[in-house]
Amino acid sequence: MARTMWDSSVGKKTVMAVSGLIMLAYLVVHMIGNLKIYFGAGEFNHYAHWLRTIGEPFMHYEWTLWLIRIVLVVAVAAHATSAYQLSRRDIKARPSAYVHAKPRASYATRTMRWGGIILGLFVVWHVLDLTTGTVHPGRFEHGHPYQNVVGDFSHWYSNVIYIVAMLALGLHVRHGFWSAAQTLGVGSRTRDRALKTLANVLALLLTAGFIAVPVGVMTGVVS
Amino acid sequence: MKLTLRVWRQRNADAPGAMSTYDVDGISSDMSFLEMLDVLNEQLILSGEDPVAFDHDCREGICGACSLVINGDAHGPERTTTCQLHMRSFRDGDTIDIEPWRAAAFPVIKDLVVDRSAFDRIIQAGGYVTAPTGSAPEAHATPVPKADADFAFEHAECIGCGACVAACPNGAAMLFTSAKVNHLNVLPQGAPERETRVLDMVAQMDAEGFGGCTLTGECATACPKGIPLVSITGMNKEWLRAARRVAKR
Ligand code: HEM
Ligand code: SF4
Ligand code: FES
Repeated sequence: MARTMWDSSVGKKTVMAVSGLIMLAYLVVHMIGNLKIYFGAGEFNHYAHWLRTIGEPFMHYEWTLWLIRIVLVVAVAAHATSAYQLSRRDIKARPSAYVHAKPRASYATRTMRWGGIILGLFVVWHVLDLTTGTVHPGRFEHGHPYQNVVGDFSHWYSNVIYIVAMLALGLHVRHGFWSAAQTLGVGSRTRDRALKTLANVLALLLTAGFIAVPVGVMTGVVS
Repeated sequence: MKLTLRVWRQRNADAPGAMSTYDVDGISSDMSFLEMLDVLNEQLILSGEDPVAFDHDCREGICGACSLVINGDAHGPERTTTCQLHMRSFRDGDTIDIEPWRAAAFPVIKDLVVDRSAFDRIIQAGGYVTAPTGSAPEAHATPVPKADADFAFEHAECIGCGACVAACPNGAAMLFTSAKVNHLNVLPQGAPERETRVLDMVAQMDAEGFGGCTLTGECATACPKGIPLVSITGMNKEWLRAARRVAKR
């Protein structure tokens, strides 16, 4: 079954859809959690600490968090690998362009590819910025995410990077969520409008919710 | 009508091709697009030049032989086949670009003619339908619900022209293959091969070097028979079902 999946273009697309939906579900939770920054340093930092203690006393400190991290890394790797392989196949299948070209034809495909690459780079930068602190522009302190976030968005380029990435995320989710429904065979004529609306709502909520954090710091509401 | 045509000319599969410009005059707006090309070819033959090679057969929109990407649209600006496209869709003095289907799996044979035998091999990979041949069976021996019959018929309308592949930015044959899979998989007559049909046809589609679906929907816009994009969703569903079932066997 695993071989059938990975060797077929339809199967590989299923891997894309499932890994994409796993990341999407995570992002919805992540976005809601981020909004707690509006309730002050105490609540935000306490929430971040709680993330490390989920499942205790059955789970040891940080076990659940590491479990989530592993699932996400596997999802990102599966998604990026299948995106690369499928895109290679697609480009090879259409080696010569039309002289009379129509730009609209590849709009969705192009935004998915470029948006995906932007998101991939962003994920790496984001971890180095706010998880490890390696590229954090200010003074990074483990265990003090509120201060780290405020310090981050006091620098203009952090704001630019986050806002651009979240706009790319919105576009990616808008086409991606609806696409995943088609790939998994749950789309239909009667459900199409609902799925497209849900895709738009998800994309809008995620982008707006994530961008609310840098905007909060920029406007001084969060400081 | 007087027109300027820019036509893809390519001597054979290995030769490089290029657009050549021709002027044609005396075109009636009632002519079909192919009749307009016949006028061009008569002109070329009289002046001792090689006529433009293009595919056609029935000229009534049912065989799927005609092709041509006209001003960037497969089968031109109307939702019909090139043979059923009429010159009234153009205006006097227009310049029209005419190119062959473009896809790695559809190599150019000459000028505007491409090799579409990859489609035949996808059909072959689907195998046969376990149904008795010979004298026609009694019509009500195998009941088919009306909704299923309509669904099968809608997909049976595919004429295998390849416009979906030509329009797809990924050169994918998903719409064609889904039309064939959906047509037979919904009917009781096609039920015994339901799983192998979809798995084998998709595998053959991949082996022929067609791209994958990124759901841009260009195929369904180009299809002269109105096969909808959701057919691909239906095939994906069939494929996933079959992969699960075959794994359990
Ligand atoms: C590692 C960075 C990423 C890359 C390189 C990437 C790339 C892509 C590409 C190229 C496609 C179109 C695939 C095709 O050719 O059929 C796609 C689809 C998709 N992406 Fe991403 N993406 C990334 C991150 C994400 C994230 C963070 C999410 C979470 C929301 C996501 C969700 C989706 C979904 C749901 C689809 C639709 C799958 C389908 O069409 O069935 N992607 N991605
Ligand atoms: S699906 Fe439509 S465009 Fe594709 S081969 Fe069939 S009739 Fe032609
Ligand atoms: S020539 Fe038969 S469909 Fe156009």
